[in-house]
Amino acid sequence: MAVEVRIPTILRQYTGGAKTVEGDGATLSALIDDLETRHPGLRERLLDDGALRKFVNVYLNDEDVRFLDGPGTAVSDGDAVTVLPAVAGGSGAATRPGR
Amino acid sequence: MRYESLLDSLGRTPLVGLPALSPSPDVRLWAKLEDRNPTGSVKDRPALRMIEAAEADGRLTPGCTILEPTSGNTGISLAMAATLKGYRLVCVMPENTSEERRQLLAMWGAEIIPSPAAGGSNEAVRIAKGLTHDNPSWVMLYQYGNPGNALAHYEGTGPELLEDLPEITHFVAGLGTTGTLMGVGRFLREKVPGISVVAAEPRYGELVYGLRNLDEGFVPELYDESVLTSRFSVGPRDAVRRTRELLQLEGIFAGISTGAVVHAALGMARKAVEAGEPAQIAFVVADAGWKYLSTGAYEGTLDDAEERLEGQLWA
Repeated sequence: MAVEVRIPTILRQYTGGAKTVEGDGATLSALIDDLETRHPGLRERLLDDGALRKFVNVYLNDEDVRFLDGPGTAVSDGDAVTVLPAVAGGSGAATRPGR
Repeated sequence: MRYESLLDSLGRTPLVGLPALSPSPDVRLWAKLEDRNPTGSVKDRPALRMIEAAEADGRLTPGCTILEPTSGNTGISLAMAATLKGYRLVCVMPENTSEERRQLLAMWGAEIIPSPAAGGSNEAVRIAKGLTHDNPSWVMLYQYGNPGNALAHYEGTGPELLEDLPEITHFVAGLGTTGTLMGVGRFLREKVPGISVVAAEPRYGELVYGLRNLDEGFVPELYDESVLTSRFSVGPRDAVRRTRELLQLEGIFAGISTGAVVHAALGMARKAVEAGEPAQIAFVVADAGWKYLSTGAYEGTLDDAEERLEGQLWA
């Protein structure tokens, strides 16, 4: 079993249109390196000098990795990673306000 | 329990244990039933608080018009209070919110100005700000930036939680105006060392977000990221699945946004179990499910429900 990574429409040009791809790695950063070998260009869109890009949010099992260990966050087999464009700007707040 | 009026019955909501949903006797979940407020949602707290603050500082006097961008519950709370206190209420509301909310607002006497679905609540906020410019006598309480919103929770919801659950380790709530998380979060951080303050943010499909420029993101003025310790993003499928579990396992009929909160609470519970640490996790049931029946979230398969929610503001 590997880690499933969900890719937003805006980045599917790097995955041949695939909505989800799979990869391996002990950390998010290692996982992204592994994805880069099959989906060149993806890493550049996610990381900037080893840090998460400002307008990208990455979630590990739905939890924002900025509140975990960022690119160093440990991942394991069976985890689900979701990449989303950050609508609220960087690690900013509520993308849509309350009821 | 006896109260002088409906407004006086605000708050002091029940905190109920969830024996079937809790993973173990050491890792327990608790639901704060905010649907047991006067108009059936947690928003009664900030709405009343903001009105009282505006009355106290003289901004709001009888006969005034209140204007608010809201996709539902805050508007309903304000409409109830405005009716009882003699104010006119105008709500700016995205056109893709549920029909029930529209009808309830109208019944409580609010006037509704629809805003385009594509812009979500951000567009409603923008239009409301424009309206205050054109109508300087109107009073916008502005839940996204009004300190009274967070204070209602700092002084109400937070102390109630701590009184009922002194051993609390985690607090989980939905992230919208951020008022609940900021208010309760700040209060608990002052009182409970090591408390986790966990946000559950609704994740919408690209139909809702797609048309918007990434740079146009809206961050409520109340938001202070440092109050949070975790932040979850929960899609409609998980939100609906958890809403149904809450009903089937514990008998609680909650709105869809509560499903997203349950999903985050269970995520924290799972981590506590894996770490072998005890946890007492309290979360907010913001409202009941009645207003969302027409969304189709409560019947058919999860696939059906997910499809029906596409493009709707379900939280």
